[in-house]
Amino acid sequence: MKSSHQIELTAGLFLLLAIGALVFLAIQATDRGVTSGGSYDITAYFTNVGGLKPRAKVALGGVTIGQVESIALDQSSFEARVVMKISNEFNDLPDDSSASILTSGILGDQFVGIEPGGSPEPLQAGDRLLLTNSALQLEQLISRYLFNTEGEE
Amino acid sequence: MNPTERPTGWAAPFRELGRAALFLLTALAHMKISWLQVGETLRQIYFAGVRSLVIIVTGGFFVGLVLTLQTYDTLTRFGAADAASTVLALSLFRELGPVLTTLLFAGRAGTSITAEIGLMRATEQLDALDLMAIDPMERIVQPRLIAGIIAVPALTLIFNLCAILGGVVFAVFMMGNEALTFWSGMQSTVELWRDFGHGMLKAVAFGVLAGWLAVYYGWTARPTGEGVALATTQTVIATAISVLMLDFVLSAFML
Repeated sequence: MKSSHQIELTAGLFLLLAIGALVFLAIQATDRGVTSGGSYDITAYFTNVGGLKPRAKVALGGVTIGQVESIALDQSSFEARVVMKISNEFNDLPDDSSASILTSGILGDQFVGIEPGGSPEPLQAGDRLLLTNSALQLEQLISRYLFNTEGEE
Repeated sequence: MNPTERPTGWAAPFRELGRAALFLLTALAHMKISWLQVGETLRQIYFAGVRSLVIIVTGGFFVGLVLTLQTYDTLTRFGAADAASTVLALSLFRELGPVLTTLLFAGRAGTSITAEIGLMRATEQLDALDLMAIDPMERIVQPRLIAGIIAVPALTLIFNLCAILGGVVFAVFMMGNEALTFWSGMQSTVELWRDFGHGMLKAVAFGVLAGWLAVYYGWTARPTGEGVALATTQTVIATAISVLMLDFVLSAFML
């Protein structure tokens, strides 16, 4: 049997090991999300969000700048209201930027792509993006392709 | 009421549940903080935590190996082998880490706590403490309960670490993947609070459960050799069942 001194020392080392594991896992294996350095909300209305989900990424030029916070139906316009959290790091986006719902790859996840405009005014928290492109509906594309002879005759 | 008397009849499971809950409340009410208690708790952390390190480290390492092997093999069919590290980290942090650690803990440390307290009861050491005006709830139950609450999350962290290292060994050293791809895939998807933090909350809840059931079954063990053996078995069964059920409930609440 070890002495009580040694036992306490080993227990202390054990807890240190656990704390070391915590620090390592927290730093090396995780992402603190886009909200780590603070973020601001912007809103966009889409006629159709397709398969967009909360927490999908918001990207500009392929670089992630934020994530989708919530998706809800606006009861007066019957459009989908998408609230996005943009990292404070990107606080200089033009206020006439447009948002589109894009798909990464053929079977990939849907995300919101921001296309910067040319306005000198930056987007403020709570602003609404006026120009939006809804999600591409594969079914609609196919039916348009199949039945596009109607108009030509 | 005699604590070693087992409830019988149709209402037995409910009475058992009520007794276990009352036992936990009593133990909480008897809690005292002093330097003596801190030292005793550290000693129990040694017995419950440090002594479980071997099984946790080897278990975690091989779980990481086999999990990466399986997901790697499956994901290669979809051309998504890069996601193997993400699958490993998410399934580990959220489910496998806390659950497997608690099951291993119940088998390794929970049983020995039950057997120890059960034998103290059988050899009338608990009564002796009572006679000396030392509260056994405070001196025997409290340090073991707190040790469980501290040791299970600590062991979960070590289990996760070893499993991730197992994943690195398989994906990087055995399959020749880029170490950078492995880590970046994990870092871009796993979130500190939502995935890792929730898993650790689970581990704390499981620690309470595992410690509580171990001391409860030891405390209520019939003071015979057979009674202690039965109590030890019941600790493992009750911990396994309730951890798996609580895991679903907690997951449903957190997601």
